[in-house]
Amino acid sequence: MSAQTATIRGWGFLAPAVLWTLAFFIVPFVVMGAMSLATLDGRTLVWGLSLDNYRELAGQAYLARAIAVSLEITLTVTLVSVLLAYPLAWIIAYRVPPRWQRLVLLLAILPFWTSYVVRSYAWLLVLARDGVVNQTLMGLGLIAEPLTLANTRFATVTGFVHFFVMLLTLTIYANLVQLSPNYRKAAMDLGANAFQTFRHVILPLTLPGIMTGAFLTFVLCIGDYITPQILGGNTELTVPQVIMVQLGRRADFPLAAALAIVLMGIVTLAYLAMARWLRLDRL
Amino acid sequence: MPWAYALALFGFIYLPVATLVLFSFQNGSLPVPPFNGPSLRWYGDVLGDDRLVEALLNSLMVALGSSAIAVALGFSAAYALARHVLPASALWRALLIAPLTVSYLIVGLGLLIVVQRLGLGLSLWTAGIGHVVINLPIAFAIIYASMGAQQQNAERAARDLGADEARVVLLVTVPMLAPAILAAFFLSVTLSWDEFIIAFLLTRFDVTLPVEIWSMLRSGLSPRLNAIGSLVFLVSVSAVLLLELTVFRKRRR
Repeated sequence: MSAQTATIRGWGFLAPAVLWTLAFFIVPFVVMGAMSLATLDGRTLVWGLSLDNYRELAGQAYLARAIAVSLEITLTVTLVSVLLAYPLAWIIAYRVPPRWQRLVLLLAILPFWTSYVVRSYAWLLVLARDGVVNQTLMGLGLIAEPLTLANTRFATVTGFVHFFVMLLTLTIYANLVQLSPNYRKAAMDLGANAFQTFRHVILPLTLPGIMTGAFLTFVLCIGDYITPQILGGNTELTVPQVIMVQLGRRADFPLAAALAIVLMGIVTLAYLAMARWLRLDRL
Repeated sequence: MPWAYALALFGFIYLPVATLVLFSFQNGSLPVPPFNGPSLRWYGDVLGDDRLVEALLNSLMVALGSSAIAVALGFSAAYALARHVLPASALWRALLIAPLTVSYLIVGLGLLIVVQRLGLGLSLWTAGIGHVVINLPIAFAIIYASMGAQQQNAERAARDLGADEARVVLLVTVPMLAPAILAAFFLSVTLSWDEFIIAFLLTRFDVTLPVEIWSMLRSGLSPRLNAIGSLVFLVSVSAVLLLELTVFRKRRR
């Protein structure tokens, strides 16, 4: 087989996947970008190079508000999830006997495989006005009236944190078990106490893993529609919720496209801000 | 102290699932305390619901079909890039991985705009195309990462013994990479099976299970939703345990 036929054959193997990605990902993406620069004249679409949609994003209070709400929720969720998951991953990696670790880890992330729509619904059951939490608290005599838990930002954040605690426990655990135990032993031998060992040795060594998990959380959280829609209700809207409103009720595709581009811009900024810690190639 | 923390967090992690499953056995029309039961009436109700069963079959079809295509394309591209010297290979790798870096919402929105501009109809096919887009990068990455030198030697040996390219790929490479190919396939199936936003944007009359569940949700809390949710959970957990016991166990040996 000559080198040339080998190369031609290589292209043959590569082409289907590349063409698929070009046709169904790159082309739609470019069209969406062009759509964000188009405008609506009544119900007719006018293609062009107008920045009207982006101007509207800055000008309309509810659109700017949605971006702020999305950012606030996403940052809260990312921070809380990391803070909750790290100790659990630590306990599994260092306190649970090695032969049980895989089982405990599997148990810790089993509810991860609840259907995605159903998971938010299950939290709605827990947080509803006559749901488990309220009835338990009232049964214990801790509160007289049911608390409003569902249809609040608290519910959205709880639903998200539940999902991402499992995801982050997995990624941080994977990071911790890769560390050689010699680092801890050396730090202890040199007189560091448990906290100093954590603060100056383990934490810096696991930072890339934490950041990778945090970035993943950020990306998945800010683009999610279901969780805020089911748990947060319509009290305040996130960017994906506003996109869906534009698509559905108002059929304003240009504005929806512009919002999607902004969403991508935010993710890109987050990536740049965290790039020096990220090791995405190691995922 | 650490055990109390772990226990509390496990409580948090299992609270919604436990509530979901417990009240799927509710003998009454509201899935909230107090619990009456157990009763299997909602399971009977769900399994007798034609729309739900149809949506379930649709989901299964889209998941299996789109995963098969994603894995075939992903394997082919991985084979091309791992075994052939092609110009700009870093660019092709980046292109194939690119859809991973974008929200599902954006993938779905882009496809929706194109489908509408072209005046085509929405169907399970369009949702399936969207699912291939999101699963292709994952399948490619998993299979590409496990293409090593040991299979290459076996491939050379097969070629020296006179096998043509098709036989080399189908009789040597594919069987040697079976664990990675299976893992990619199962992962794609679970992701597609559970995917909501692309399926929601790109289907119209025939819908997948998550979309059907979503439209049921609009009429409020109901033990029917608990029953269908518990069934889906059971299926997914069985798939995960099966994968853990077969593919990953073998790989560790």
